[in-house]
Amino acid sequence: MRKSIEDIQEEIISNFELFEDDMESILFYLMDLGKKLPAMSEEHKTEEYIVKGCQSKVWLFPSFVEGKVIFEADSNTEITKGLVSLLVEIWIGQTPDDILNSELFFIEKIGMSRMIGSQRSNGFTSMIKQIKMYALAYKTSQ
Amino acid sequence: MVEINKIREQFPILHQKVNGKPLVYFDNAATTQKPLSVIEALNTYYTKDNANIHRAAHTLAARSTEMFEDTRKTIQAFINARELEECIFTKGVTESINLVAQTWGRKFLQVGDEVVITCMEHHSNIVPWQMICEEKGAILKVIPINDSGELLMDEFDKLLSPKTKMVACVWVSNALGTINPVKEIIEKAHAVGAKVLLDGAQACSHLDVDVQTLDCDFLAISSHKLYGPTGVGVLYGKRELFEAMPPYQGGGEMIKEVSFERTSYNEIPYKFEAGTPNIGDVIAFKYALDFVNELGKENIRNHEKELLHYLVNGLLRLNETDVMSSGVETHHYASPQKTITLIGTAKEKVSVQSFIIEGMHHFDVGMMLDARGIAVRTGHHCTQPLMNRLGLDGTVRASFSVYNTKEEIDVFIEAVSKLVKK
Repeated sequence: MRKSIEDIQEEIISNFELFEDDMESILFYLMDLGKKLPAMSEEHKTEEYIVKGCQSKVWLFPSFVEGKVIFEADSNTEITKGLVSLLVEIWIGQTPDDILNSELFFIEKIGMSRMIGSQRSNGFTSMIKQIKMYALAYKTSQ
Repeated sequence: MVEINKIREQFPILHQKVNGKPLVYFDNAATTQKPLSVIEALNTYYTKDNANIHRAAHTLAARSTEMFEDTRKTIQAFINARELEECIFTKGVTESINLVAQTWGRKFLQVGDEVVITCMEHHSNIVPWQMICEEKGAILKVIPINDSGELLMDEFDKLLSPKTKMVACVWVSNALGTINPVKEIIEKAHAVGAKVLLDGAQACSHLDVDVQTLDCDFLAISSHKLYGPTGVGVLYGKRELFEAMPPYQGGGEMIKEVSFERTSYNEIPYKFEAGTPNIGDVIAFKYALDFVNELGKENIRNHEKELLHYLVNGLLRLNETDVMSSGVETHHYASPQKTITLIGTAKEKVSVQSFIIEGMHHFDVGMMLDARGIAVRTGHHCTQPLMNRLGLDGTVRASFSVYNTKEEIDVFIEAVSKLVKK
């Protein structure tokens, strides 16, 4: 059984709390998270799956399997890849409804905007929008 | 010799923590910090002297006009212009170059004429020329570079012809730090009858500037890269050129007489200074120039040269050896580390060093350094054609000013050493 979106966010928050605002450790942690993200197949890294509005290149390739949304993701920068991996961790294997109804409270709790600055925060918002758009498309296709 | 502690005392901004670490400000090629004298001059102007300059009978206006024109005298001496009227105040280098492109270019460029720039130009010395070339049917030509980031002067020779009307050239590259051989460029350009504009944004805080010896036709300067306020720049131009050029913008100050039928224009420099200028910042700019003059360019250059040498050695050492955090070399074998590649290794350089770390995006490097309180610039540095030539999408750039120290470089090298460990 997949953990709930709320529970996964709580886990992320408690993981980040360990760093006690040490920015360097947080960024190293994000890069490590990015490295753990399953490799995205090269054939899916096309223009069509680039998330618009990100300063770095971010690819998100969605698929819909047995009523659940699945993602492959990658980025050309390691920190951003870590950020994408947080979204993938929370939303992979969830239903379109759960994705659309979820509220990402972890973003404020871990102090994301202070951590990554406004430009990358905008990019992060673009990733969220993109995933919700895919979820909406799958919901209406059901 | 510069007394570094005394200098640093004059820059209050340097004495702060960023992300819990003492600030290390290595983004001076983007903008330098401002000494107290500049900050206080701004404060004094707005608390005591603020009035619109020129054409007023009252005391405050007379005072602010005098201070404003004092800056013009100081910059005239700073660049050794023959005449005061050859120094026009602008918003910065970008506006200075646009002014020349839009006025000189519009009047003097014709179909088939050629404008020569270099491969290492900032976008601000590319786009204004592209715009006017397109409008006038002129052609833009580019001097190529070698892999170290030096101009190929033989290729420059081949580009020159009687069709060349303007050579617009960066004196010092913001991305690479290369000092271009501008004296030679000016002589060669003049030999075919072309005019020369120098983008002095990066050069003027490091190098001696003497427009008469150089014999350049135009020189563009920004105050904020010279310890002064943002929003102020200077365009130097030879009197005969300024007089032959039409005005840039219409408005107050730049006119002699206005009627609905006809307007006659003011003399230079006012012909090019329409509207109320950035009075307070221009006045404060004088204090930045005084700061540089008091220290002396040679002292500044020697200090910065030492810093650059120290940085380059530190970075290269990370490639060669496994260095413990104490800086003691322990092993001399091919280390299991990501390689650092220096970008911009010209023989003649100012204290700017770009580099990349193998397998690491420059954004990530910038963020990791920021987490340690270190400010560098990452990206294409507004030189996309140069980055394309070098096959890069960006670099990490550390750039020094007179207030930087070897201790700060130690902190920087230690932070980078952590990033290059695989």
